[in-house]
Amino acid sequence: MMLEVHDVHKHFDGQDILKGISLSVNKGDVIAILGPSGSGKTTFLRCLNFLERADRGTLVFDGETFDLHGATRREIAHVRSKTAFVFQNYNLFLNKTVLHNVTLGLTVGSHVPKAEAEARAVAALRRVGMEQKLNSYPSQLSGGQQQRVAIARGLALNPEIIYFDEPTSALDPELIGEVLAVMRQLAEEGMTMLVVTHEMDFARNVSNQVLFMENGVVIESGPSREFFAHPQAERSREFIRTILEARQ
Amino acid sequence: MTERTLQVMADAFPKLLGYGIRVTIPLTILSFALALVISVTVALIQYANVRILRQVCRFYIWIVRGTPLLVQLYLVFYGLPSVGVLLDAYPAAVLVFGFNEGAYMAESMRGALESVSRGQTEAGYCVGLNYLQIMGHIVLPQAFRTAFPALSNSLISMVKGTSLAASITVTEMFREAQVINGRVYESLGLYCEVAAIYLAFCTLLTWLQHKGEKRLSGYGR
Repeated sequence: MMLEVHDVHKHFDGQDILKGISLSVNKGDVIAILGPSGSGKTTFLRCLNFLERADRGTLVFDGETFDLHGATRREIAHVRSKTAFVFQNYNLFLNKTVLHNVTLGLTVGSHVPKAEAEARAVAALRRVGMEQKLNSYPSQLSGGQQQRVAIARGLALNPEIIYFDEPTSALDPELIGEVLAVMRQLAEEGMTMLVVTHEMDFARNVSNQVLFMENGVVIESGPSREFFAHPQAERSREFIRTILEARQ
Repeated sequence: MTERTLQVMADAFPKLLGYGIRVTIPLTILSFALALVISVTVALIQYANVRILRQVCRFYIWIVRGTPLLVQLYLVFYGLPSVGVLLDAYPAAVLVFGFNEGAYMAESMRGALESVSRGQTEAGYCVGLNYLQIMGHIVLPQAFRTAFPALSNSLISMVKGTSLAASITVTEMFREAQVINGRVYESLGLYCEVAAIYLAFCTLLTWLQHKGEKRLSGYGR
């Protein structure tokens, strides 16, 4: 087991957003976190990287245990050094070129020599098909291109797992495909991924596990094939039906 | 205008310009540098929400923005000696101008910092940067660009504001115009002339601002 999350709780403004979420991730797993909006899936993902402080919960990463509420700054930096995070709205550094977006974390954050950082950056950008745009600024790229650069920025860090927070939700429909293609390719190469998404095709065909959440609790989790073929909970059946109907 | 007026103006020009270059401009540069340091510090303290210091910053801005610049000059130069704080006119002017404009600039900087999306900071943490690195490489450069027009405004306003130093005996460009006028009584001509020199300085700065904005706009929106 590479990553284990136990009993994550979180509230905002007196409202319980997460009411005890647990999850196990094996190396190479691609786990789709599904659920209606407001179910807490994004908050859950953000808690795992300490972008939100959980009220309680533990994280076991490569055998080391971390308190999701009380982790120290050092521990947080340590956990983050093993992960990458891809945001819904890309969050590329607006004042940096594509190349520097990818190298900044390496050169400034981890003191990788510049030449090596640039080689790693170019390699990562090649994997997402963005090596032609090294000197462009984010504002000169389409949403799909920006998201691919954001994925390359994560890849260059050599993470053990990549968290995706609704990576295609901010994209125009015709740009979703290029991002999903990159994610599918990463999955095939064995990257461990945790993906909050509304993309049912991705969840069904690329992910091997599904975690279905609603109102801060896990309704159902298991292999993707099972989940889509024979959803156990009434709420899961309803959710799949609504999503499929909405698409037609 | 009579021939005499023109003659007086022509004679005064090198003197006025000389004081402008030797006194007004250095006074502006020093005061602005001080204001820049103060404003960035005050803005960062508020942005980072440092508990007690934040209150101190709000208090400073409240006092400085709520009282006239001329009164502040008088207070520091004529008032403070009675409690044992004796400053020469020139440093007193630099201090007052710096602290005064610093309060306004701090608000411009704070607004600019707050306009940088939180996602930029979060992305910085996720690629392994610490707070200071994120500030230095991402947030401050972006905020500086946003604040640039407002800061240029402050600089231009300060060039003209330095004329108030005349009231605490600093012989800068305007004071020199007053002195010359005391001898020759050509108020209209001389004050028009000094106004024109201020205008020329500010025109130059406006042009520089334009250049600067073009340069900073490199990475688009």
